[in-house]
Parts: sequence; structure tokens; C-alpha cells
Amino acid sequence: MIVEFGAFALVLALGFSVGQAILSGLGRWRRSAILAGAGEGAALAAFLGVAMAFFALMHAFIGSDFSVANVAANSHSEKPLLYRVAGTWGSHEGSMLLWCLALTGFGASVAGLGRGLPKGLKALAVMTQGLLGVVFLAYTVFASNPFVRLIDIPVEGRSLNPLLQDPALAVHPPFLYAGYVGLSVVFSFAVAALIEGRVDAAWARWVRPWALAAWSLLTIGIMLGSFWAYYELGWGGWWFWDPVENASFMPWLIAAALLHSAIVTEKRGALAGWTVFLALSAFTFSMLGAFLVRSGVLTSVHAFAVDPTRGVLLLMILGLTAGAGFALFAWRAPSLAPGGLFAPISRESALVLNNILLAAATMTVLLGTLYPLMREAATGEAISVGPPYFNLTFVPLLGALMLLLPMGPLLAWKRGDAKAVVQRLAFAAVLALGVGALVFALVQPSKAFASAGVAMGVWLILGAVAELFERTRAFRVSAGESWRRLTGLPRGAFGMTLAHMGLGVFVLGACFETGWKVEAAETLPVGGMLKVGAYELTLAEVRGADGPNYDAERATIHAVKAGREVCTPTPERRFYPAGGQTTSEVFICTEGLSHLYVVLGERRGVVGGPPVWLVRGYWNPLALLIFLGPVIMALGGALSLSDRRLRLGVGRRSEKPA
Amino acid sequence: MRKLLAILGAVFCLAAASDPSERLGDPGQEARARAIFRDVRCLVCQNESIDDSQAELAGDLRKLVRDEIKAGRTDAQVRAYLVSRYGEFVLLTPAFSWGNAVLWGAPLAVVLVGVGLLAASLRKRAPDALLSADDDERLARLAKEDAG
Repeated sequence: MIVEFGAFALVLALGFSVGQAILSGLGRWRRSAILAGAGEGAALAAFLGVAMAFFALMHAFIGSDFSVANVAANSHSEKPLLYRVAGTWGSHEGSMLLWCLALTGFGASVAGLGRGLPKGLKALAVMTQGLLGVVFLAYTVFASNPFVRLIDIPVEGRSLNPLLQDPALAVHPPFLYAGYVGLSVVFSFAVAALIEGRVDAAWARWVRPWALAAWSLLTIGIMLGSFWAYYELGWGGWWFWDPVENASFMPWLIAAALLHSAIVTEKRGALAGWTVFLALSAFTFSMLGAFLVRSGVLTSVHAFAVDPTRGVLLLMILGLTAGAGFALFAWRAPSLAPGGLFAPISRESALVLNNILLAAATMTVLLGTLYPLMREAATGEAISVGPPYFNLTFVPLLGALMLLLPMGPLLAWKRGDAKAVVQRLAFAAVLALGVGALVFALVQPSKAFASAGVAMGVWLILGAVAELFERTRAFRVSAGESWRRLTGLPRGAFGMTLAHMGLGVFVLGACFETGWKVEAAETLPVGGMLKVGAYELTLAEVRGADGPNYDAERATIHAVKAGREVCTPTPERRFYPAGGQTTSEVFICTEGLSHLYVVLGERRGVVGGPPVWLVRGYWNPLALLIFLGPVIMALGGALSLSDRRLRLGVGRRSEKPA
Repeated sequence: MRKLLAILGAVFCLAAASDPSERLGDPGQEARARAIFRDVRCLVCQNESIDDSQAELAGDLRKLVRDEIKAGRTDAQVRAYLVSRYGEFVLLTPAFSWGNAVLWGAPLAVVLVGVGLLAASLRKRAPDALLSADDDERLARLAKEDAG
């Protein structure tokens, strides 16, 4: 009954979205506050409808209602509660419902929160959000309905994939989807501004919080997915340039570019057309990601297996939505007013360079993902584009970007003083180079690129600190005066500092880990020893440790460093008879910021002899920073957001000309 | 939950290359072999190098590469041999060829076009236009805003 109720609520939400689009459009056209208000009400109602549908599906998953095809295919009564809840968005259909939930949720937020917005712009944004809702809800209802019942009700569900029963994997889709779909608001604002023919500082200020929220959520979502791959797939890698990872990374890069170009538009009124273009692109990349993951056109370890017709439908949605957006852009953008002037050395120039490099970086990811398809379609020759391509293209672009990054915030708007910036950053540069040289000299084996990467990380962190010093005039005025300035800084300033530092922390960890990770593997009898860097791993015992739905062997290993036992890893190797799958439960010892990563492999050995086990150990130095960096970046985003929301909440301030 | 299905592939692909039973005796040769593994696609896996994959074919390819290296072939010879047997698809680094000109050139083109446009727009504007009284006033206001 609740399932039918959910299906009904979903169809109702589709109806409300149609109403939202029509009423808001009419409201703008007739300049009628009543019609526009009705459109906003419909936006709220659509969100409530999808929310009811979503919880109805969740109810079916929690109660293991296998009469629902989706539940039967994607759940199992033996799954722990958390994973039954997460099963709601674990399948293609359920994740589309989550997508719609986020989409209508953001639509309702624009309707409910955007009080300070000009009425026309707001009505058009709500209308566009409604149109997006219609498209995606119609797709969900007619082509991917999660509420379809089965006639032959199975006794048990079919999916108990053990690799997917993982907390990081369970919670990362909501973050990722909220991030993806958060960019729809930016898209809607761009469409609304193009129709109104006005892209000004105020518009940029309204768009930035949404872009910032979406970017922060995406950051967390991508980080959680990467962390899951790191400890679950069992070989210590955390980024594979896999098409599905790329699909989430492209909107992130574009959103990052958008955040920066919107600053120029907000503060200086310049780059208006480019900012709108990025705003349209960001959600286009989100939709591209949704399509790539579901279409089956790419080979990936992560992709949803879905029949091609749904992929074609998604491609049509992508083409229609993005096509309409960009056609509107081509038609209206020439009428946008040109922005303020600036000198070659200025913060504007620095931010434009940031955007050029981020756009080029996005281009490498896009080509790396789609070029094999394009080439095969055009010439029939199959080629592979793997990590080496990205190392040769993406990494240098990001390197250039990060080299320039600390200078940007120190440059004045309009006309900057290069000499002063060099002076202010000299300390950071010398220290970063010093650390790099020290790492090169002391850490064995000597690695030039990795050392340079570490120097880059330090440069970013110190550059962010230097910017904070500059703002507070630290060491140039009294400590009390500096403190007064520090406490007087807007939260957005700290947000930027944190985000840039987070990038530095990530780069530091990623370069150090990649450069100096140690890998060792040996077949060990009980009592055997494996050396991993400075650690000696002794296999003490291997015992059966069967779980509720799996058979397992659990090893007890003593990890000794310099004669002292620092950790007792107990990695497992599990066999799930239901699916015939074998998994490794990695054990990670956190030593400071580094990880000792231990994997128990298969049992081997000759007949009659003692059994031996394949044991792998990895020393991943500073690996924690790889995941900590993005968290700091997202925190920076959240901090800025708290500042922006305050500024938005005070409607009067946003009406002030910038 | 993007990282879904087809994960079966991942289960069987657990950093297989470090398996001691496969290793070459000479550590220098082994290091060269590992470097090549990272550039060779596991042809039956979803999207992995033979360095990571535990699929049977990946094991065969690793043996092939190790045998070639043991026989004294250079890295370039080993790669060429793999391409002659399995086609360009087998290498994870796309070739620097005219067919891949777009792939390798486009990112650089984006940078060049972007910088070119920036330079052109900077040159088009007369430098004395920079300091109009109106702009100065706005600058002062912005500076005040920034400091506050």
C-alpha cells in the first residue's frame, strides 16, 4: 500500500513540476506576484511529493518488501539496516529518485529562500528548475520507475554484494548527488539571467552560494568514493582515472572555475558572459556524468549496468537541456554588458588564468574519458587512455595553476603590484623550496618529481597563510591590531584560506604517498616475517572467523617497528558462498598521518607441507592527508557559505549596488 | 553508489603483480617489468592495468612481459611486441600519432586560445582608460569593503 502511495506521490510530483514551470513562467510574463507565488508553492509541493515517494521506497527497502522489483533485485533480508536504507539509492532507479529528490529540493529552496531576489529573475529560475524537474521526473516515472511490482514474488532478494556493504559507500551518493544537482540551481539562474538579459554583480552574488554549496558537497562525495576505493579494493590506490571518477570530477573542476569567475563578476562586473557559460556547463557536466555512468558506453569498474534504451533517453535529456541552455546563451550573451577594465597584472588576470587552466584541465579529463569512444566510432580503431595520459596532461596544468595560486589573492583588483606580491611570498617560496630540497636530500630513494610536489604542497599552504598575514598586517602592526583585524575578517576570507590550504594538504599527501609508498608481498607460513619499509610484519596465526553470511580466515599479525610492536593488524579474507565472491578486509594501522595497510591473500602451499598465506603490506606515508585535504577544502566552502548566507539573509545589503 | 556492479571484476583484481611466485630474480629487471605492467591494459577486465589485475589473462601478459625482459629486450621492444599482438588498445598511454592529435593537442589549444583572448582583450583597452575617476572611486569603495 505504501509502495502504491509512493508511486502516486511521484506522479503527483511530476504534475506539480509541470505546474511549477507553467505558473512561474506565466507569473514572470504577466508580472503577476500571485501566479509566481503559486509557482513557488508548486515547487514546494513537488519536493514534498518526491520526498514521500523517496521515503516510501526506503520503507520498502527497510521492510524487505520483495514484491517490489527494485527491492528484490537490489536488497536482501540479511543485510544490516544501514545497508538496507542505503539500498534505496543503490540501484539505477533508486538513484534517479535521489536525483529527483535533490532537484526538487533545490527548487523548493530557491522558491523558499530567495526572498531578496528580483521577482522576475526568481520566477524564471523557479520555472527553469521546474522544467528540469519535469524532464527528470518524467524519465523516472516512465522509464525508471522504482515502484514496479513483481507478479511472482521472490522469497529472498538477489543482492548482497559484500563490497558494497560499507559505510563510506552508503553515504557518498547523497553527497555526490546533492553536489551534482546543486549545480542545477546555478544552471537555472543562468537561464533566468539570460532571459532577463541582465548578468550583473548582484546576479553573481546570488549564484555563488549555490555554486559553493554544490562544490563543497561534491568535494565530500568524491573524497568518500575515493576513500572507499582505497580501503575496499585492497591495493592501496585511491584514484584510478576511471571514467566514473572522471564523471564526478569534471563538474567539480567546472564548479571550481565558476566559483572563481563569479568573484570577478561580483566584484568587478567583468567576465559576465564567461561566468554564465560556466554556470550552464557545470550542470551539463553533471548530466553528462549521470549519462556516462548509466549508459553502458564506458567500461568501468563502477558503472551501473543498465539497458541502452535508458541511456539513449538520458542522452536525449542531456542534449535537449544543455542544447536549450547553450542556444539561449548564443542568442542572448552578445547583449550582455562588457565588464570593468583591468591591467595585465591584476587579480582579474590571475582569476582569468585560473579559469583558463581549470578549463584546460577539464578538457583533458573530458577527452581522456570520451576520446576512445570518439576514435573508435570514427575510425574503428580501439585505443586506451589511461593514467599515463593524465599524468602527462592534467598534472602539468594543475602544477601551473598551483604555482600561480598563492599570488592571485595577494594581487589588487584592477592593477596589481607584482613586486609587492613577490616580496610578500618570498618567505613562503624560500621555505617551500627548502622543504622540497630537504625531502629530496633526506627521503630515500631520492625522487625529484615527488619532492617538487611536496614543495608545491608547502607553497600552497604557506601561500594561504601569507595571504592571511597580509590581510591582518601581521608583524607590521602591533599584535593587538593584527588580532583585531583577524577577528574582523569576514568568514569568506577564512573560507578561501582554508580551501587553498586544503588543496595544499592534499597535494602534499598525494605526492608524498605516490612517491614513497612501499609495497611488499610474500607467502608466509605461521611465524613467517615480511618487511614493509621500517616495519616487520610477523604472521602470528590464521583462524577461521565466519560471519553470518560468509566464511572467513582472519590473520593476526604483529607489526613491529624498531623492536616495539606498534600495531596488531587482523586482516581477513572472506568468502561469500551466496554470490561465490571472495573479498579482502584490509586492515589499516594509522601511524601519525601515515598508513600501514595490510592485506591477507589466498592460502597456498604444497600438499602435505605447512600452509602458507600470501600477505601484502603497503606503507603509505602521509596517506591520511590525501583524504584530509578535501575535507579541509569542503570545510572552507562551508565556512564561506555561512558568511554568504548571512549576507543573503540580510536582503537589504544585497540590493546595494556593488 | 556509482561504484556499483561489475565490481566482481574488482574482487578478482587485487594488486596481483607483486605476487612472489611470479617475480623475476633480478630486481632491476623486475622493476622494469612493473613499470611496463602499469602501462598495459588488462584486456578482459573493466578498466585496469595488468599490474592490478588478478585475471588469468593479466597473469599471462605479465609472464609474457617478464619473459621478454628476461630475454634481453628493451622496454620499447616489449611495448612494440605487445602492440603488434594486441593492437594499440593494449597500451594505456595513447600513442603520439596524428590520429591522437586532438587528444594530446586540445588541452594545450585551450590554454593558448585562452591566453590569446586574454592578451587581446588587455591590449584592446587603452591603459589610460584604467584610471577614470569613477573607477578610482569604486576601487576605494571596494578596498574599504574588503578591509571591513
